Amino acid sequence: MIGTRAQEPVAARADDVWKVYGSEEARVVALRGVSASFARGKFTAIMGPSGSGKSTLMHCLAGLDTVTRGTVHIGGTQVTGLSDKALTRLRRDRVGFIFQQFNLLPTLTAAENIRLPLDIAGRKPDPQWWDTVVGTVGLGDRLNHRPSQLSGGQQQRVACARALMSRPDVIFADEPTGNLDSKAGAEILSFLRSSVMEHGQTIVMVTHDPVAASYTDRVVFLADGAIVSELENPTPESVLETMKAGEVLV
Amino acid sequence: MLRATLKSLLSRKLRLVLSGLAVVLGVMFVSGAFVTTDTLGRTFDNLFAEGYSQVDVAVMAKPKVAVSEMEGEQILTPLPASLVDRVAKVPGVEKATGVISDDGARVIGSDGKVVTSYGPPRIGMNWVGTDDLMEMRQGRGPAKDNEIAVNEAVAKAAGIQVGDRVGVLTQLPRQTFTLVGVWGYTNERDSIGGVQEVAFTTPQAQRSMLGQPGMFTQITVGVDQDQDPSHVRDQIAAQLGTGYDVKTGKQLAADSSAQFKDALGFFNNILLGFAGVALFVGTFLILNTFSIIVAQRTRELALMRALGGSRRQMIGSVLVEALVIGFIAAVLGLAAGVGVGALLVTLFGSMSGGLDPAPVGVPLAAILSSLIVGIVVTVVAAVLPAVRASRISPIAAMQDVSTPDRPLTRVTVTGAVIGAAGAAMLGVGLYGTNSLWLILGGVLVTFIGVALLTPLISKPVVAGLGRLFSWSVPGRLGRLNSGRNPRRTAITAAALMVGIALVTGVTVVIDSAKQSLAAQAENTVKAEIVIGGDQNGPRPPVFDEAVLGKAAAIPGVRAVAGIWNEQVLIDGERSYVTATDDLAKLADAYGSPALPTLKPDQIAVSTDQATEHGWATGRVVKVQMPRGDEHSYTIVATYDEDKVPGSIMLPLAATKEFGLTQPIFGFVRLADGATIDQVLPQVKALVADSPEVNATDRSSFINQQVGNFDTVITMVQVLLGLAILIAVLGVINTLALSVLERTRELGLLRAVGLGRAQTMRMVTVEAVVISVFGALLGVVVGSGLGAAVVQALEGEGITDLVLPWGQMGLYLGLAAIVGVLAAVLPSIKAARLNVLAAIAHD
Repeated sequence: MIGTRAQEPVAARADDVWKVYGSEEARVVALRGVSASFARGKFTAIMGPSGSGKSTLMHCLAGLDTVTRGTVHIGGTQVTGLSDKALTRLRRDRVGFIFQQFNLLPTLTAAENIRLPLDIAGRKPDPQWWDTVVGTVGLGDRLNHRPSQLSGGQQQRVACARALMSRPDVIFADEPTGNLDSKAGAEILSFLRSSVMEHGQTIVMVTHDPVAASYTDRVVFLADGAIVSELENPTPESVLETMKAGEVLV
Repeated sequence: MLRATLKSLLSRKLRLVLSGLAVVLGVMFVSGAFVTTDTLGRTFDNLFAEGYSQVDVAVMAKPKVAVSEMEGEQILTPLPASLVDRVAKVPGVEKATGVISDDGARVIGSDGKVVTSYGPPRIGMNWVGTDDLMEMRQGRGPAKDNEIAVNEAVAKAAGIQVGDRVGVLTQLPRQTFTLVGVWGYTNERDSIGGVQEVAFTTPQAQRSMLGQPGMFTQITVGVDQDQDPSHVRDQIAAQLGTGYDVKTGKQLAADSSAQFKDALGFFNNILLGFAGVALFVGTFLILNTFSIIVAQRTRELALMRALGGSRRQMIGSVLVEALVIGFIAAVLGLAAGVGVGALLVTLFGSMSGGLDPAPVGVPLAAILSSLIVGIVVTVVAAVLPAVRASRISPIAAMQDVSTPDRPLTRVTVTGAVIGAAGAAMLGVGLYGTNSLWLILGGVLVTFIGVALLTPLISKPVVAGLGRLFSWSVPGRLGRLNSGRNPRRTAITAAALMVGIALVTGVTVVIDSAKQSLAAQAENTVKAEIVIGGDQNGPRPPVFDEAVLGKAAAIPGVRAVAGIWNEQVLIDGERSYVTATDDLAKLADAYGSPALPTLKPDQIAVSTDQATEHGWATGRVVKVQMPRGDEHSYTIVATYDEDKVPGSIMLPLAATKEFGLTQPIFGFVRLADGATIDQVLPQVKALVADSPEVNATDRSSFINQQVGNFDTVITMVQVLLGLAILIAVLGVINTLALSVLERTRELGLLRAVGLGRAQTMRMVTVEAVVISVFGALLGVVVGSGLGAAVVQALEGEGITDLVLPWGQMGLYLGLAAIVGVLAAVLPSIKAARLNVLAAIAHD
């Protein structure tokens, strides 16, 4: 599986994507012709102030939202125009999600939550990969606990493991540390970082935190629905500076 | 505070509709019952007022055995013709007419079948000319004894025309007449209230309807123009002395109507009983909805507490909401009930063939009971959730609220105590006092107890049931969801339990009774062939007595005996009696131990009757038949009640003074070596002239006798259907709220790749698990209740306990289907959720 992935250098791509909400007077343009590629095996952050369209861009990339104009690709597949059924399959097999609100099923144990996408697809987890992921998440004996018995950081680690388990083309993370204290947040970010470094996972993360952004390979800055600048190998300072320079303060 | 409550109420329309619907349906039943009985009551008022409008005063002999409309048919005591002259001579009487008018003239239609009436009587009368209401449509009244006239209702139903030869069954066997006239009524009506009328000449009517020449059933009196009918009535009464009922036309109309209203009152009570069950089930639904609403409003309520709202205000806010829902639902239910009432009245009118229903009215009782019942039920159901709302601490507003699983210990203990109390009430009711109220109360309390135990039971049972679906991911998720909130699942299932338990219980009791009676008949009835008909009105079908003798003459027949039934007074107490042509032959034909032939002044009684009344052989009892004078009978034999078709046996001579002077059943026992195939066709040929009766073999006869039980089961199923429908609303409600509560979860599942079909399957499994769990509880509890009743009735001859496995399986299967149906809307809603919006949902 890792072999097939290497054939396509770009994991996700947006071409001239427009997103318009409402019509006539109530028209809100969330994205105005955004084009961006997210390279395979890279960790990318999308930053921007509230209302800049960063979440909308991620949702469109992930096939959760439809675009008004332009196209979105995941790997070699054009997402735009897919039926609900095909979108569901795409999300199930080729995309992973990590949300701010952890979003675990309270009725399932941690292990069951991790396995959920594979179960839905009717696939068995690769035992080696299972051990690797579960091992890195470091939940140990808490695997058979239900979410209500886990701390916020632990819950988010379960969510990360769930996203990794199906080895998706790309994982989209929406403010994954937004609900965590800084220590737990740092753990999650290191974990995401290492899954990129060690396993070649592609991750696209929306954040407004310069420190979180500094864990990534590249930062894309959005303002008013358009990309205003980019930054390779960011540090917290360089991110802050760019934000100040571009007046894209969050 | 009030404004905040009302606003929050309006913002949750869906829940309002769903929880209100249960009350609407229950109240609909209540108001429908009142509207129906009120409208039918006025219909009968009008009917009888018109029917008696042509009569100023009527004279009738006091009935010898008084029987009310509910208990059977009043047999009229005939009056001698000489009395007509006496009445005619009373001052103020312009005209006195001897009239014969009695139920039981059955016309055989052009298709050879007896014309049925579904309720209204089939009157045989003497022709005394037309009055102001009657209009001759064709021909004339009968002038010769072999002529008849009929009203248009008969002519149309029978498909006969003037000039036709028409067969009529009366007290006499089938006789053929020439139809010489057809009459109708003013305003182009074929009849008044669907009553079928056949008019004979006076002598023929006396023979056919009374079996006695020179007698009448009543004398109708027209008073002089200047006379007050009630004054003339008093004059006549004084003149005739006691022994006669002298009444004005208005009195007669009021009396007849009152009798019908008694019967309607009974009907009303039955409907109200089922309405009670429906509302009881509705209470569960409302309780559940309000609990969920309170749980979901925790933050809002806590905020109000934090802002200084008192506990009392919290309770008030929930109760006001209940009050508003209850009021709106009661008004809607009242309106729907009026519609249902109008529908039932129309249905009743068209079924009885020509009854003109009075305009539908809404009696005050309907309005008051609807409002009270609707509001009280809703508010009572909301009390517990309201109290819970008041316990929410202000701090809950600031916290991320997760409702922790409260332990089930308290509710379980309470349930066990209440359940035990219910069982105790039931036990005392069944075995001790035999009080219906105690039994019903016991059932109700037992239901509440079981409902409280349900959360505990639900854990293992729901898990077990869910295993059936665990082979797929959606199934497993659905199963886990159904076990998530044991209280909610339990109440939803308990609501379904009530209806199904009642249906199952009734089925157990009736099936057991049916089986016991059939088994008993199988053991006692030795007659291979039975002559008789299906009774579908107050009058059982009868046949010519001569058939008995002819049947006895058929080669291969060992013995034949007929039986007659009547209500008589024995030593002043009304009793059901049976007469037979020859008790010794009846014993032989029926298969009883040998009994003597009764002489005309002898009577035989069952040992049960003898014990009850302290009778012994040799004792003389006085028997008053519906006609004729009191006679003395000597008890000459006692017998085992199970072995003879009747508990008091009279000789043949007594039947001359019965209301029905012809036999209702004939038992034919074959000689050794004779086969049913040989004899049955010949017996059938003997009753060919009586289309209402037939000759059947023994097993068909037994099936016919117990067949009515199935009708009762069907009726109960239909009437409890509403309670089950309300329970289904509860399942829909619970699911809809679950979907709403789990919006974010559903969004997540869709985001990680759960397809729409899978989402729907997940919701459906949850519904099916809840429904089947409810049905399972119902079947178990119902079987238990039914078995308890059967056990208690052992002394009454219900000895076999029959558990209707087939029916129970059917109910479980239906519950699964109900679950699937209940899940349709919620699952569509779940599948259509916008993934993005769902994930962001707070």
